[in-house]
Amino acid sequence: MTTDTKLNDTHLIEVNNLEVYFPITGGFLSKVKGHVKAVNDVSFFLKEGETLGLVGESGCGKTTTGRAIMRAVEPTGGEVFFTTSDGERISTTNADPVTLKKIRQQMQFIFQDPFASLNPRMTVFDIVADPLRVNNIASGNELTQTVTQMLAKVGLSSSLAQRYPHAFSGGQRQRIGIARALALNPRVVIADEPVSALDVSVQAQILNLMQDLQEELKLSYLFISHDLSVVQYISHRVAVMYAGKIVEIAPTDVLYSNPRHPYTRALLASVPIPDPKQRSLGNPLQGEVADPANPPKGCYFHPRCPNPTKECAEGSIEMGLIEVAPGHWVDKCCVNCG
Amino acid sequence: MVTSPEPLLEIKDVRTHFFLDEGTVRAVDGVDLTINKGEVVGIVGESGCGKSVLARSIMRLTQPPGRLVSGDILYHRTAKDQETEIINIANLPRNGTDMRRIRGSEMTMIFQEPMASFSPVHTIGSQIIEGILLHDDVSKEEARNRTVELLGKVGIPDPQLRVDEYPFNLSGGMRQRCMIAMALSGNPSLLIADEPTTALDVTTQAQILELLGQLQADIGMAMILITHNLGVVAQMAKQIVVMYLGNVVENTDVETLFEDPKHPYSEELLKAIPRLQRTRQRDRLTPISGNVPSWRYRPSGCNFMPKCDGSNPACAMEDPILIEESPGHWVSFCGPCRETHGCKWFPREIIDTDGGNGA
Repeated sequence: MTTDTKLNDTHLIEVNNLEVYFPITGGFLSKVKGHVKAVNDVSFFLKEGETLGLVGESGCGKTTTGRAIMRAVEPTGGEVFFTTSDGERISTTNADPVTLKKIRQQMQFIFQDPFASLNPRMTVFDIVADPLRVNNIASGNELTQTVTQMLAKVGLSSSLAQRYPHAFSGGQRQRIGIARALALNPRVVIADEPVSALDVSVQAQILNLMQDLQEELKLSYLFISHDLSVVQYISHRVAVMYAGKIVEIAPTDVLYSNPRHPYTRALLASVPIPDPKQRSLGNPLQGEVADPANPPKGCYFHPRCPNPTKECAEGSIEMGLIEVAPGHWVDKCCVNCG
Repeated sequence: MVTSPEPLLEIKDVRTHFFLDEGTVRAVDGVDLTINKGEVVGIVGESGCGKSVLARSIMRLTQPPGRLVSGDILYHRTAKDQETEIINIANLPRNGTDMRRIRGSEMTMIFQEPMASFSPVHTIGSQIIEGILLHDDVSKEEARNRTVELLGKVGIPDPQLRVDEYPFNLSGGMRQRCMIAMALSGNPSLLIADEPTTALDVTTQAQILELLGQLQADIGMAMILITHNLGVVAQMAKQIVVMYLGNVVENTDVETLFEDPKHPYSEELLKAIPRLQRTRQRDRLTPISGNVPSWRYRPSGCNFMPKCDGSNPACAMEDPILIEESPGHWVSFCGPCRETHGCKWFPREIIDTDGGNGA
């Protein structure tokens, strides 16, 4: 998959056994009754200039993973390492506030809903200028210049800078969100469902824009989405999450042509193909997503697995990922299923 | 073709406008469409193209400031004695007895957001039972039994327990199943599904689509499937209607549209979607050129004028009309385009190599 972009081998982000548990409280004195294991032992890395797609159903922990990397939610376990532009490898999970602020400048977020993620009382100029002001990076003429530049980069005219978000369409707002994310010249952008709220036509524009910017600015994307065709289009590698765990991770072509995990196969089979001659939707996955507060015993996937063995249900098979081909990791329990 | 398809609904030049203080929004502006008995028709288009308003107009659910201004909606109703009578829904009073009898029983609708389409303070069961009691002369007990049966039919586990649960107890997919159960309670001859799976996960979407397809075939009802997901239409529908700015631009069977779209807008729509393939596609997506014009600055005459480079004064003079290019394949062309049997604005490159079609 290194064919279309030259990828540097530096692991810009390395996530090791990341855990985010949310306590469930209740009863007398709000005692902790259990935990929602939103992210449960997740490990992966993100290389420089690469797009890693993160897919899964709602509630599987995709967004929480993205947030935990930036420490927008506090991870309860595991570690995340970030390699700065100076080549220094810093643990974000143990970073003090000053270091964290420095790291966060190089890691930015693009949100799903362009209608909710822009402050309606701020002008476009202020929205894009805000990160620069907060971090004391630019002021005065320089600030104006940078903001104009950023807006131009995402295809918006600077004459629109004094307008408020309500004057823009969904696609234009998403462009503003991207300009804001890029204002600090980050190296990693965590894009959380950046196109799922947009129309197909606008979606194509934003995807093209994100690809152009990646090439121009050598950005790395963690692209969180539930749309498998969009993820295939934009990603170099794809990780599939199920109930807080990564169940398969592989280069895009490998994952889509030779999925090894039954869940990945089911996900791919569920996508309605825009071709009336190819009937898909033959055998949809039955049942519902595993509840991360009360996950099933044994392999999390076994209640929905097409042919689970006794060992799967008992959990006598060790959990974790196993490398079946270079760069292609699959959950140990499910690698030989179906 | 064994029997020629019988029409169920003939929509003729329907216009629904919204009268705002700022001006009139022509949300649906002259739609012609026929829906046959037992067939699935997919309506696609970008947000704001009038898909949902059209559906609501058929159900006569448009609320002020919106109003069905003109046009006919002929409903071929099959009575119990197998005789067909034709009712013009567009002429019925919106809240009259006749319309209320049809709406919710003979024609039903399911909505996009399963969270918002149920009342949160009533149980699922009571909401479905209410509908049955309103339309049919049955006892409460019978209605309840029928509800349980319906819930079982749409794949709700333990329907006799679930019937007394509140919407918040159910997941999105389950709630959409309940919505479908409610829609089926009157044995409808037409089901309008307005983005029924947009709010759902792919896996749940596949389940719901399979269920809808199965029920549609079992009951033999016609279905209008409104969506912006071309994959869903390709898998579900027989006939497909592409809408743009309140008008139908192309109306044909799915195979033809996906293989040989005649209208440039349909072509652009098909090119803009990323497709799932065994290997990653490397060519860029082609976004649809330009933005949809705002209702305020809508061109007079042909809606595609802003995109068209060979604009002819004649384009602004008359509205485009649907013409039958080949049997069953209707395409909307304005005057100059009709002469050349093809719209000129797209793809511009091809037209250049063609040496430019006169007009």
